Amino acid sequence: MYRYEAYDHALVQQRVDQFRDQTRRFLEGSLSEDEFRPLRLQNGLYIQKHAPMLRIAIPYGLLSSTQLRKLAAIGRKYDRSYGHFTTRQNCQFNWPKLESVPDILQELATVEMHAIQTSGNCIRNITTDHFAGVAGDELVDPRPYCELLRQWSTFHPEFAYLPRKFKIAVSGSKIDRAATLIHDIGVHAVKDAHGEVGFRVLVGGGLGRTPVIGHVIREFLPRGEILNYLDAILRVYNRFGRRDNKWKARIKILVKEQTPEVFTRHVEEEWARSAGGDGVVPDAEIERLAAFFTAPAYAPPNNDDASYRAALADNRAFATWAGRNVFPHKVPGYAVVTLSLKKTGVPPGDATSDQMDAVARLADEYSFGELRVSHEQNLIFSDVRQARLPQLWSELKALGFATPNLGLLTNIVCCPGGDFCSLANAKSIPIAEAIQRRFDDLDYLHDIGELDLNISGCMNACGHHHVGHIGILGVDKNGSEWYQVSIGGSQGESASLGKVIGPSFAAAEMPDVVSRLVEVYLELRHEEEPFLDAVRRLGLEPFKERVYAHTD
Amino acid sequence: MPILIKGGESVTDRWSLVRETADPQALPEGPVIVNLATWLEHRAALMALGDAAVWLAPADDPAALADDVFALPLIAVDFPKFSDGRGYSTARLLRERFGFRGELRAVGDVLRDQLYYLYQVGFDAFALRADQDLETALSAFRDFSDGYQLTNRRTPAFRRPEARSGAAARSS
Repeated sequence: MYRYEAYDHALVQQRVDQFRDQTRRFLEGSLSEDEFRPLRLQNGLYIQKHAPMLRIAIPYGLLSSTQLRKLAAIGRKYDRSYGHFTTRQNCQFNWPKLESVPDILQELATVEMHAIQTSGNCIRNITTDHFAGVAGDELVDPRPYCELLRQWSTFHPEFAYLPRKFKIAVSGSKIDRAATLIHDIGVHAVKDAHGEVGFRVLVGGGLGRTPVIGHVIREFLPRGEILNYLDAILRVYNRFGRRDNKWKARIKILVKEQTPEVFTRHVEEEWARSAGGDGVVPDAEIERLAAFFTAPAYAPPNNDDASYRAALADNRAFATWAGRNVFPHKVPGYAVVTLSLKKTGVPPGDATSDQMDAVARLADEYSFGELRVSHEQNLIFSDVRQARLPQLWSELKALGFATPNLGLLTNIVCCPGGDFCSLANAKSIPIAEAIQRRFDDLDYLHDIGELDLNISGCMNACGHHHVGHIGILGVDKNGSEWYQVSIGGSQGESASLGKVIGPSFAAAEMPDVVSRLVEVYLELRHEEEPFLDAVRRLGLEPFKERVYAHTD
Repeated sequence: MPILIKGGESVTDRWSLVRETADPQALPEGPVIVNLATWLEHRAALMALGDAAVWLAPADDPAALADDVFALPLIAVDFPKFSDGRGYSTARLLRERFGFRGELRAVGDVLRDQLYYLYQVGFDAFALRADQDLETALSAFRDFSDGYQLTNRRTPAFRRPEARSGAAARSS
């Protein structure tokens, strides 16, 4: 992974000092709440219902065991000994004290971490494929480009006060595991006919109140021009994006109002002025960054997988887990393992400090001391020897991270919701838990098969409910909490937005509603037809009929 | 009198900022900064006056001054609210696209914690909001010793390999 150079260290340290001074001026009263707000947000600090919330950046989801141990220690020292991994590959602490945040940032700096631009109307943490570098379908390793974009976006002086937040995701694979179609900018690393790396650029995707799938505005951009091109997009947005209405301020609204054609023309005109100039990234720089992301020292393939194959054959529980939570690795003899943070009874994405320490130890022991955070709020070991999977499985089971539910209904993506977040209209974690309890029969769960269920506590859509095969949105009706249900959404390269099935439901009805949707699917599905395909074939009607037949 | 920072110190401001659209005769004596509408309407008369400059609102297109950048001694960019970031792009366009070399002044809600970025995009004069403290404000220009991006003040870090080793000079 990337290691800081002298200037990276210097900048992060200067940021800590700057924020310490800003916090001091705020606490002594010389900086007003309005003036402090964007400054603290650009350091990841929200003021929440119960306490401040601090969002720590995990650039493109990549984490070393040392960094994870630091998160565990911060959880213990400054919070209630747990943290929450988010859909944008970050980590949040829900109970720090405002006065201790500069100290937390100082501790993070010692392990090359920070909370820079994890919130606020600026360019946020760059996210990518959680299988980057190890997936068999990868065309280009996105990580060096992610690091390039991390540096470019960090303290960009022109774009610190944008109309609204701005999220960029990068993918280098055939299958889009980074949700690039629902980001303000999606960047697809591709190769042209001559094998030259470049980028397909999408703009204006997003969820929230107005969900939109991004538009391709350039099919192939030479790789050296990426920063010039992003500057051009951001400049058009910074100048012309709406600032009169918070709900219309995202770039997707500008693209829609200008039309994608006109917006693209503005960007291309802007880019024409910078193309070929000082902002071109030299090949040498890309090679320098790529050198940080070379493959670890894999053991040569041999035939020591016998114990693994025996375990698959003999141990049904292990085989179920391996079938669900283990992803093939591009290197023979290795595997990619997802640690499910979706055990029933635990808020999705939460991990205690003790669990983090244990995961750090396992990462050292099984996966070259590194791990990833996925946008489905799970953790990933990217380089595990197949032969050691049975052993790792036992260790993960003991930790509660071996729930074999990846891709299944109970792998619920869920925002913190009304229990923690001051924006939320409704709670989301108790809904997730009630649904997980309803579907606690593993055989039934596996029979249902691939089903993404996403829950957001409000229109801001942090739980990505629009792209869930089943999406649940918390809404406020006359001061009480209700839930609107949509079906047919999906993420990935053929992303689609779910359609609302009808009037919303009370919290207590939600497990029944999901059960009925699943029943209809099981009755009407063709052989091997996943839930999403069945919804696309059948439409909303049969599902609506069943769900609302029961509600009078 | 608000503090005006230029060249790392507080200086006396000889310019009057006129916010409303006005006829040239109605303008105060001495050097004057008029809004874009006044400038475009009375360009010739104002040029004849000598010490005349223009201020741009966030939505004003700096391209409107493309032909005047060599004649104008000063262009001001207004920040009605510090959190409205359009003026940062305006500044870079004036400096980098239209080649403006005169004084580029940030006016309005100009606060200590935005000064570093304002400097990076090309501002060289800062008319602080009246309640700002001079010493605190001056320290803002030392917030960071370097940065990654291509800005009006520096080439990108990746074009300066020596920066990586910590040998970088302060951004000038």
